[in-house]
Amino acid sequence: MEFVTVGLDLNGWDSAGPWVERAQPTHPSLVDEAHLMDELFGVVNVPSGIWIDEEGMIVRPPETAYPGKVTQLEVWAENPPVTDPDPYLLAQAEETMKIQVRPKKYYYALRDWVANGRESKHWLPPDEVVDRSRPAGPDVSEAAAHFELGQHLHKAGEPDAAVEHFRAAHRLQPENWTYKRQAWSLADPDQKPTDVYETDWLSDIKKYGPESYYAPLDM
Amino acid sequence: MILDSLTVTNDAFRDSTGWAIKPQGACKAEMCVPLGGLGGDEFDVTPIAERLGMAIVHDEARGLWALGPDSVGQVLKSAEAPDLTLPEWKGGEFKLSSLRGQKVFVLAWASW
Repeated sequence: MEFVTVGLDLNGWDSAGPWVERAQPTHPSLVDEAHLMDELFGVVNVPSGIWIDEEGMIVRPPETAYPGKVTQLEVWAENPPVTDPDPYLLAQAEETMKIQVRPKKYYYALRDWVANGRESKHWLPPDEVVDRSRPAGPDVSEAAAHFELGQHLHKAGEPDAAVEHFRAAHRLQPENWTYKRQAWSLADPDQKPTDVYETDWLSDIKKYGPESYYAPLDM
Repeated sequence: MILDSLTVTNDAFRDSTGWAIKPQGACKAEMCVPLGGLGGDEFDVTPIAERLGMAIVHDEARGLWALGPDSVGQVLKSAEAPDLTLPEWKGGEFKLSSLRGQKVFVLAWASW
């Protein structure tokens, strides 16, 4: 099996690069500035995993592939360790730990498929792959168009114009956390409250509940 | 798909949206949507976008449009993986289809 990582980062390698450098991957490591993974596969949050077989057929559409680690806590533990973390970031880390994920189940399911292919109980037939992918729809389409325009304008040096399009994308597809998290990060790297957007990461998690963040794993 | 004009070429439409304009209509995977003769080597994307439920967002101040994905069925029209082509960390562009013959685990992540 080959890993392919795709960094959904509007600022491309400027944002994703330091993390890739840190990881020193031996697999293909790609960057997706326009969040094409959302339009093409139906990704709405990260990390999301997609399984593709030897014939190029998807056998599991995007699902939460959370590794079970809170990266911020790892960074704080590095030398010299942080002893007095930012209160907002600490609250973020605490809320992150409330989000229900099943990293071990996902990990062993993936290994089972790698070993057993179509015989794996986690292999899905094509019709079910399609059914389990996210529904298309006019609001989803309009949200994607707004996000793409926002991305285009931001990179063209018009961040204020981009914000209007990002806001529209958030309104049209509120369940798409990549649109929200990406936009918030441009206003503030830690996605703290700003006067650019009405809400922020911590506010939305508390408002909608950690259970809204990732769809429950159905495997 | 970012546009500075609502007139697009058949090739550009197909490459950006995955929908090929054929005599029987607009087709993607096993699905075809009749277009009643719309299309050609170059065409006004508006009526075709309407048939496929593709949003067209106009940024009037900047003379730009963005064409959203279709609204037909599910995001995946078939289990055939879209051929993703993206910049790679080591340089150049990488095509997902180059890994045909291996199992592939694609992980979407982000720095934010």
